[in-house]
Amino acid sequence: MKFAVITFPGSNCDHDAIFATGNCLGEQVVNLWHKDETIPEDIDCVIIPGGFSYGDYLRCGAIARFSPIMKAVANFANNGGLVIGICNGFQILTEAGLLPGVLLRNTNMKFICKDTWLRVENSNTPFTNATQKNALLRIPIAHGEGNYFADPETIERLEANGQVVFRYADEHGNITSEANPNGSINNIAGIINERGNVLGMMPHPERYADKLLGCDDGLAIFRSIVQYINSYKR
Amino acid sequence: MKKFKSEIKITLREGILDVQGKTVENALHSMGLQTITHIRIGKFVTTEIEAENYDGAYEIIDKACKQLIANPIMEDYTIELKEL
Repeated sequence: MKFAVITFPGSNCDHDAIFATGNCLGEQVVNLWHKDETIPEDIDCVIIPGGFSYGDYLRCGAIARFSPIMKAVANFANNGGLVIGICNGFQILTEAGLLPGVLLRNTNMKFICKDTWLRVENSNTPFTNATQKNALLRIPIAHGEGNYFADPETIERLEANGQVVFRYADEHGNITSEANPNGSINNIAGIINERGNVLGMMPHPERYADKLLGCDDGLAIFRSIVQYINSYKR
Repeated sequence: MKKFKSEIKITLREGILDVQGKTVENALHSMGLQTITHIRIGKFVTTEIEAENYDGAYEIIDKACKQLIANPIMEDYTIELKEL
């Protein structure tokens, strides 16, 4: 299969995403510039990486949404293509309206860079099928605005539809307020859209893609995507 | 065409905890200024705009706020418009 990683001015996790998919999984991956206007036809999954696109001016992700490539990303997603937004990529997807809700300032006002435990809430998605429901993944976060917020009706809908894919948990898998690093409603760390082909998550799976870097729990997500695409193509 | 100046005030929506405001409030209280409460911190944006009339200018600024300058999921905004 083939991944595409989009680089915006200020992206800084694009090469980690290329490393995770290309070097660690040995899949094909291309790098697209935000001024590109099309996504090549052979791309199976678009990764919108973390960073500080446009210096986080105005609001995180608010300006990147207007980059030429984003129209192509919206079309790609509307046609059922897989899109994963990580950290700033998640913020961009909410600003672009491809995912509901918004990421507010962390409740403790701090930029938080540390490992978190994620509990897989739904393993029946293209992004989590190589995991089990309730599995725990150790994945680091690095953000100042990761406090997921949406109106109560949206939250209710996300929960009812199984669109909450990851929650911050403690090391035993308990969902507690102490394990919630940023104040996200219901400890939400990652969600998918209703159709199930667009994932946004604040933690960085691409940073834990090689045991030499301390942990490779993040590979489970990219491996799931590969598994999904390969089973689909066969 | 007439020229207007707009002043846009953006704050977090009522009901959303403004952690920045809360932190400043706590600092003010530690200074002894306990009578100051309910601090909300926001953004202030000014623009100039050309339009046929007040309503036309307001409509464009409102569209700009809805689509970019504010995020209605988390922010409220008010627009003041004056002819230059």
